[in-house]
Amino acid sequence: MKDMLETVVPKAINWNRLEDEKDLEVWNRLTVNFWLPEKVPLSNDLPSWGTLTDHEKQLTIRVFTGLTLLDTIQNSVGAPALMPDAITPHEESVLTNIAFMEAVHARSYSSIFSTLCSTKEIDEAFRWSAENPHLQAKAKAILDTYAPGNDPLKRKIASVFLESFLFYSGFYLPMYWSSRAKLTNTADLIRLIIRDEAVHGYYIGYKFQRGYEKLDEAGQQELKDYAFSLMFELYDIENKYTEELYDELGLTEDVKVFLHYNANKALQNLGFEALFPPEVSEVNAAILAALSPDSENHDFFSGSGSSYVIGKAVATEDEDWDF
Amino acid sequence: MTAPFPELVYYSSKSGNTHRFITRLGLSATKLPEEQDQFVNMTEPFVLVCPTYADGEGRGAVPKAVIRFLNNPDNRKFILGVIGTGNRNFGETYALSGRIIAEKCKVPLLYTFELAGTDTDIVRVRSGLETLGRSQCSTAA
Repeated sequence: MKDMLETVVPKAINWNRLEDEKDLEVWNRLTVNFWLPEKVPLSNDLPSWGTLTDHEKQLTIRVFTGLTLLDTIQNSVGAPALMPDAITPHEESVLTNIAFMEAVHARSYSSIFSTLCSTKEIDEAFRWSAENPHLQAKAKAILDTYAPGNDPLKRKIASVFLESFLFYSGFYLPMYWSSRAKLTNTADLIRLIIRDEAVHGYYIGYKFQRGYEKLDEAGQQELKDYAFSLMFELYDIENKYTEELYDELGLTEDVKVFLHYNANKALQNLGFEALFPPEVSEVNAAILAALSPDSENHDFFSGSGSSYVIGKAVATEDEDWDF
Repeated sequence: MTAPFPELVYYSSKSGNTHRFITRLGLSATKLPEEQDQFVNMTEPFVLVCPTYADGEGRGAVPKAVIRFLNNPDNRKFILGVIGTGNRNFGETYALSGRIIAEKCKVPLLYTFELAGTDTDIVRVRSGLETLGRSQCSTAA
């Protein structure tokens, strides 16, 4: 069987003949969004960093090493593990971009560290990340799913949960600091990471849906059960991780709401319905504003938000609009 | 008089978030076709529901199918307002297509929601559309 596969003629990728338009759409979006940490003036955060207590500093560094671990996994194991499952050659190319950007993300946290922290603090935090049972438990749960021989669609589920859910217990903190006008340059960098992860979760979720729709009803049910049970398992770990990190600042309950909100979005990326009801998923407005500055939620119907909007220049390609 | 809800027109790519929202909403709706040679021509007032596909600079936010639809002046004549969708994780470009269309067509941005929307979004949009539909009826009468 293997010999037969090896006799297949190697094919050059032709971007002028697409099997799935979404591959090009996402390739374009990812490449236009390319960035490096050097673009962000992190050192402007030094005065702000100095206003944090020792505990707040330690928490921040720990949260960022936790995020570094997830990015490292996605760069070296996650995205490469999805490549052999790719349906189109263009999907493989997109995954190489995803893998590389995860390396950029992982590298960015070290830029933050070298700007703000001492070597001793950095080493201590990396030691913590290797020893923290909850962080290691979530890494293991994901890595087990990525293992060779596992179901390609289950790998995509794990990947979407990592991209769209597991990062958020960590992303909460820089958004929280930003909402209090602290570490705002660091927050700008984190927003670039969040933007990338959103495209990754969307794309891998989209590819999951293409595979899922080909299954019979029993196959779909099995996979959906798997997704929800993995979500419960990860949610349980995230709760403990969140409590350990955020209890002292009194932020745990607020972070948990953010987890519910993101768990629902991760499930939506897979095409599934939300798990957590609205009353436990409504994120505090300051955090939402930190996520998407200048884009308040509009509800003209109930009279909140401004009705006729923006005087700001909008990016449209004029040739596309006749009027 | 039939149900007071205004007609809905929407676009949804193959990832299907907006389509799932519309399905849960359970109201009469027309999906804009992807194919360049197919056109939708509206003859009565409607609300447009539009997702966002912007890059980091906001380019390409409004899907081509929606631009084609709005380039028809008759369709623009009947548009009552727009509901924009997106993902807050895209920061400033969240639901940008809704904002662009509102400005271009000089109609209100009625509502924004993320991905396939929450149960709360469904309730709010339904009741908002009902109010809007009623006010349309009374204006027409």
